[in-house]
Amino acid sequence: MPSFLRDEKVRGILYQIITIVLFVGFLFYIAQNTAHNIEQRGIKTGFDFLNATAGFDITESPIPFTPKSTHWDVFKVGLLNTLIVSFWGIVLSSLIGLLIGVWRLSPNWLISRIAAGYIETFRNIPVLLQILFWYNVVLATLPATRHSINLFDTVFINNRGFFMPEFVFGPGSWLIGAALFFAVVAIYFVNRWAKKRQEDTGEQFPVFLTGVILLILLPLLAYFLAGRPITAVYPELHGFNFKGGKTYTPEFLALLFALSIYTATFIGEAIRSGIEAVPKGQKEAATSLGLSPLQQLRLVVLPQAVRIAIPSIINQYLNLIKNSSLAAAIGYPELVTIFAGTSLNQTGQALEILLITMLTYLLISLIVSLILNWFNAKMKIKER
Amino acid sequence: MAVYPPKQAKEPPLLERGPIAWVRHNLLSSPFNIIFTLLGIAILYMIIPPFVKWAILDAHFVGNSKADCAGGGACWIFIRAKLNMFLYGFYPHDQLWRPKVVIGTILALGAFAKFVPGLHRLKLALIVLYPVFAFILLHGGLFGLPLVETAKWGGLLLTLVIATVGIVLSFPIGILLALGRQSKLPIIKSLSVFYIEFVRGVPLITVLFMASVVLPLFFPEGVNFDKLARALIGITLFEAAYVAENIRSGFQAIPKGQYEAADALGLGYWQKMALVILPQAIKVTIPNLVGTFISLFKDTSLVMIIGLFDLLSMVTVTANDRDWLGMDTEGYVFAAFIFWIFTFSMSMYSKRLEKKLNTDKGK
Repeated sequence: MPSFLRDEKVRGILYQIITIVLFVGFLFYIAQNTAHNIEQRGIKTGFDFLNATAGFDITESPIPFTPKSTHWDVFKVGLLNTLIVSFWGIVLSSLIGLLIGVWRLSPNWLISRIAAGYIETFRNIPVLLQILFWYNVVLATLPATRHSINLFDTVFINNRGFFMPEFVFGPGSWLIGAALFFAVVAIYFVNRWAKKRQEDTGEQFPVFLTGVILLILLPLLAYFLAGRPITAVYPELHGFNFKGGKTYTPEFLALLFALSIYTATFIGEAIRSGIEAVPKGQKEAATSLGLSPLQQLRLVVLPQAVRIAIPSIINQYLNLIKNSSLAAAIGYPELVTIFAGTSLNQTGQALEILLITMLTYLLISLIVSLILNWFNAKMKIKER
Repeated sequence: MAVYPPKQAKEPPLLERGPIAWVRHNLLSSPFNIIFTLLGIAILYMIIPPFVKWAILDAHFVGNSKADCAGGGACWIFIRAKLNMFLYGFYPHDQLWRPKVVIGTILALGAFAKFVPGLHRLKLALIVLYPVFAFILLHGGLFGLPLVETAKWGGLLLTLVIATVGIVLSFPIGILLALGRQSKLPIIKSLSVFYIEFVRGVPLITVLFMASVVLPLFFPEGVNFDKLARALIGITLFEAAYVAENIRSGFQAIPKGQYEAADALGLGYWQKMALVILPQAIKVTIPNLVGTFISLFKDTSLVMIIGLFDLLSMVTVTANDRDWLGMDTEGYVFAAFIFWIFTFSMSMYSKRLEKKLNTDKGK
């Protein structure tokens, strides 16, 4: 071996040159083959297809969509539906996860075992199987439209989905929004003032109670001042289906329930391990300071548990968003189903469409990890 | 002198020991706790009796056709009738001994590796030879075995094939990626980081679509991967990124002194990594790796979306049989049960391993 090859620096540079050559060569090889194959099969290239007419309809769309809309509209509808189902999934899975996590830690043996049983059951079954089970078994065996399950004449449940009242915001509704905003601002300032007063005089102020009252009272006041502008439209049976109100399709519900129940197991575990990671001495110290159990939880245990639990919970939210792509199996019209599915089959431009889809998910992941980094930086132990 | 004969020690009060005390402490310690216990009993009452009634008491076990499943209750006859499809998919009926031999061999090998000490070379050779043996036996076309195309493989067999190949192949690629990410060479490092972060940022289903639709475009016309091979490539490349992150977290647990000691011994890069750093890093991160492999096992069910017939898609296939319409529930429960057994035992194994490896913490 020549002596200069024994130099670590020279070898490092050499390795990198080899890597680059191999990598670029591989890319070149792939590009050449792809170009050739695409030409052979007569597939179009480029992103012009985004402006072409889609020619198919979408069953549920948050924005107006007709068969005359373009593939770019398909993308937008898909992304919006992904975000909608992810949003509700995150809300629902957090609620179930919180409940399960707290139950898991309960001193009551039975409740704790039930939570453990829930976690071990649903965590270990593929989420795709759960989605299909909800779609093909649970929701499909609900009664037909005429025999809908009727909850107080407001919510109707049948095998075509859930039918719920829809709220219509009449003129003057902005006043309620403004009141809500004002309440939040007021709580912020009350909180600051109360903290300062406690530091100065030691007297406490019931901030939480005041906050709840403000948050309920102000919008309620605005509601009546504006002349009760919010009205509900109830679903009513017309012929073979319900009209009016808000409809949640079986596809949406199956995806939502399965994702939430599955993700909740991981959130529950994260909450449990977060609280368990707080050393016992912290609680004992809080007790000897004379803090009540609720104060211990609020002032000592939770702030430390949150630092450990939140990052893995945020990661689970990201997993939920990515898992929402499994809707392709049941046809809920989100990004993968309609854009990477129907649009891809119509245009045949797999490379472009999959690239756009992947980059979209990548962007979502990036945003989530930015939030995570921000949180970690904020929550870092500040040593003084 | 007064004599004080020792008295027999009193038994502890009945209410402070034994099952009664346990119930008092764990279930009835406060009014709040009693309410919770009642709530728990109510939940169990709502779930367990109906399920037992459906799955066992009212279920049908004997018979040959759907007609024998009159009334409510589960129809386990369906599972028995379709068991071969759930286990082996469309694998030809007269060739079923082949997958059976393959599965039997791996069990025998596992027992051999566990209970026979030593013979490391032989074990390693067997591990390397086994996949070749399994592939030849399953695929055939050699030694007078009739050819069984991979399109015919299915059911649990296919699920296990995908999971095993995925785990075995993603492991070395993951190690290389983790090493690349740790590397001081900027180009190798940034390529690894880019790959890992890209793959971790997208859903598996898009990678599988890419592998099944776009991958054939990447190669000259003569080169053809079948559907299974494309799914395997997709899953392996996807999971490798997750394995890489697991191993990286293992690296972070290795003290700097270990690197320095290896340098001081005059070991080169590969020796240092293979003999000193990796064995420790992998040991630390084994529980995480098992976690990744559990999710890989669950993720194999996604191949159904690109048209392979794994255990989950066999439910749809068999429930669409005209003689057995409406058997989805039984099929899904059965498939869920099988998946559950595998993943649950993997997670139990990981927990045990975690305890065993956790030697330095006196808990």
